[in-house]
Amino acid sequence: MSFFSQHPFLVAALIKSALLLFIVLTTLAYLTWFERKVIAHIQSRWGPYRVGPHGLLQPLADGLKFLFKEDPTPAGVDRLVYFLAPFLALTLGLTSIAVIPFGPEPLRISGYETHLGIADLNVGLLALFAITALGVYGIALAGWSSNSKYSLLGGLRSSAQMISYELSLTMSVVGVILMAGSFSLREIIEAQAGRSAWGLLPAWNLLAGPFPQILGFLCYFVSAVAETNRAPFDLPEAESELVAGFHTEYASFKFAMFFMSEYANMITVSCLATILFLGGWLSPFPATPLWSWTHYLPSVLLAGFGLLVLWDGLRYTTLLGKIVLPGLGTVFCVLAGVFAAVPGVNHFIQGPFWFLLKVFIILFVYVWLRATLPRLRYDQLMAIGWKLLLPASIVNVIVTSFAILKWGAR
Amino acid sequence: MTLPLLMFFLLAALAVAGAVSLILARHPIRSALSLIVVMVALAGLYLLLGAEFVAMVQIIVYAGAIMVLFVLVIMLLNAGEEERTNLSRLAGPPGLLLAGALAAFLVTAAARSGQFIAAGGSEAPSGAVSTRALSGLLFREFVFPFELTSFLILVAILGALVLAQRENS
Repeated sequence: MSFFSQHPFLVAALIKSALLLFIVLTTLAYLTWFERKVIAHIQSRWGPYRVGPHGLLQPLADGLKFLFKEDPTPAGVDRLVYFLAPFLALTLGLTSIAVIPFGPEPLRISGYETHLGIADLNVGLLALFAITALGVYGIALAGWSSNSKYSLLGGLRSSAQMISYELSLTMSVVGVILMAGSFSLREIIEAQAGRSAWGLLPAWNLLAGPFPQILGFLCYFVSAVAETNRAPFDLPEAESELVAGFHTEYASFKFAMFFMSEYANMITVSCLATILFLGGWLSPFPATPLWSWTHYLPSVLLAGFGLLVLWDGLRYTTLLGKIVLPGLGTVFCVLAGVFAAVPGVNHFIQGPFWFLLKVFIILFVYVWLRATLPRLRYDQLMAIGWKLLLPASIVNVIVTSFAILKWGAR
Repeated sequence: MTLPLLMFFLLAALAVAGAVSLILARHPIRSALSLIVVMVALAGLYLLLGAEFVAMVQIIVYAGAIMVLFVLVIMLLNAGEEERTNLSRLAGPPGLLLAGALAAFLVTAAARSGQFIAAGGSEAPSGAVSTRALSGLLFREFVFPFELTSFLILVAILGALVLAQRENS
């Protein structure tokens, strides 16, 4: 206890890091479940539905499989680099979530106040780009150290793709930085408060300001999909090309680390898109007393979802489903009741609710893209990055600068 | 032993270890990785000095772009381990002596610099230098060197393009 009172910041940071790590790893696992279910339903099939009710235990089964599979090390690999590459990929993927702010209200526990989010750097955006830039090494070193021509070519292609799209990724964000006047993620969100278009639309960077950042958002999103090596830009790791690209020679847990790092990068990029273009934790409704009923939307949505899970669970086929799903549904309904009843808690969860909802929508679009669009050939991919997105993001910077000069940043 | 002092010693030790490994490693990839460690340690030292923008740009540009090119070139050329020839083995001891002499010179210079700082040299910056101040300097007082440097980089890119084309035809 005395250690806590002497170094409260350190202890709070450690607890928050451990908690956030746990939450992010669980979200990663269930993001894979979500992706498989959504792609399956888009393709008119069911996806995982046998392992636990609605396939909810599938990530657990996959995790156990990865832990127990044989993990051979191929002959002739450079051992240090071979073991370093997946470690680097996963560490960098998870580190970038440390600078993301999740809500505006600080959490007050027994007199100690701490903000949601581990570090609020005033160069937070640059720190995120720095970590993304270092993320290329995981893939490049994995491809090289595997002592296999497929891995080498896959690693080379993938790293060349990542460094090409990094350029348009960072340039497309410059318009947002100009409008907010700061690199700090909290200040960028706070600069998007208020209304625009005569009060009809929220003043998010996508919709407001002297030059709405629609071009910037499109460039950012396409570059982000390419940067995270996701479909339709996933040629370097596609199953029908180059065996499996840079992670051909990696088995079981090391492959799981690459897999997790790809989803962690997806989550980071979605959180960043929400913060920069969609207003972060800001509600789309105005903050006037007329619209104060929207403060109960999180509870209503959660209660509705809980009732849906409850009703579906009562009609479920297996016994486990009949027990677990109604239990989950009841928990959600009770939580929704607590949120609606206690005004302090209700005020606190507004920010994180809108943030997580927007991130969820962007992740859904990510998965939707994967299920819908065919893969791009490598030369088409590089041509889009250099000849379309980079000039478009530079044009965005120029036009935004002129608009700000003429009409001011807000 | 305050936390900043401890961090300084850790980062400095990391940078020195990376630099020594860079020279002594036999495989070029190990040298490249050691150089990346040195860059990241330097970025940490810039953060300790309060130069946040420079620290982040150091990682983005140096460790994230330039060293990636180094690593890609080593991968493409498939460079193997270095050979140790008789001449390179002979050059070991004189090199060590010269390094020791240079280190002694640096240590005496640093030890004597205490007198210059106490005698009222330049003022140390107090706290973090904001990005706004840095960009003000860059685009007002130093705009001419800034634009000349970007012109120089443009010339280098054009030269690379011309050289690459000539090899094809």
